[in-house]
Amino acid sequence: MSDFSLNVREEGDIVIIETTGYLNNVGGEKVSEACYEKMDSGKKHFLLNLEKSKVVNSIGVSILIEIIEKLQDVDGKLGYYNLAPIVEKTFNIMGLTKYSTVYYSEAEGLEGMA
Amino acid sequence: MSSKNSPRVELTLPIIPDMELAATKTAEVVAKHMNLTEDQSAEIGMAIIEATINAFEHSESDSENVEIHFIIQDDTLVIKVTDKGKGFDPSKVKSPNIEEKLGADRKRGWGLKLIQELMDTVEYESTPEGTTVTMTKKKKNLERR
Repeated sequence: MSDFSLNVREEGDIVIIETTGYLNNVGGEKVSEACYEKMDSGKKHFLLNLEKSKVVNSIGVSILIEIIEKLQDVDGKLGYYNLAPIVEKTFNIMGLTKYSTVYYSEAEGLEGMA
Repeated sequence: MSSKNSPRVELTLPIIPDMELAATKTAEVVAKHMNLTEDQSAEIGMAIIEATINAFEHSESDSENVEIHFIIQDDTLVIKVTDKGKGFDPSKVKSPNIEEKLGADRKRGWGLKLIQELMDTVEYESTPEGTTVTMTKKKKNLERR
């Protein structure tokens, strides 16, 4: 059973989602639900803090592609920070880094997305 | 290179959600024993997750198991992931790219590409009775003092 949780907060116009646990299909769905709920209220800039999600699988990451797709429709942006090296490598292989941005800290992410 | 006397670890995984994580824990221990780098260990873990998820999906019944064998052959770790599913033809699996996935209904289908990129070699042996994915990772020659 997946033990995945997330914490959502806002810094100005940017929604920060901090995840904990295995980013698989269950985790990915929880992240997308949180993003879509905020998008429904007009938010379109999202930063994921993946510090506590050091293990991912391609199904969970595929759901991030879906989020990127929906954000493209509203001229929104997705970014990440605190990625484990293997998670960043996975994002590179899957091409996510062409359409979303890896930052190395929350401060850098907030500045980059402002 | 004979695998007859090579140290090996064998796992039998039931098809239960997230059970692939049990294989990654074993991989960590084996990689540490072989003095592989942390990056190599993480790459092996990710490749095993993907191979095991594929094996779970190929298996036609939840009562089947997936077998994972870790074989230490000198400076190379050989990993075999075997399912008893209906098999598939890897040459017919199109390599995914994000440009095509954006806008497509199906965003999934990245497992084989990830395994290929993360491991040194990958081979598939697939019949209507099952599939074995054989992956290898060679120990890096770290500079000696």
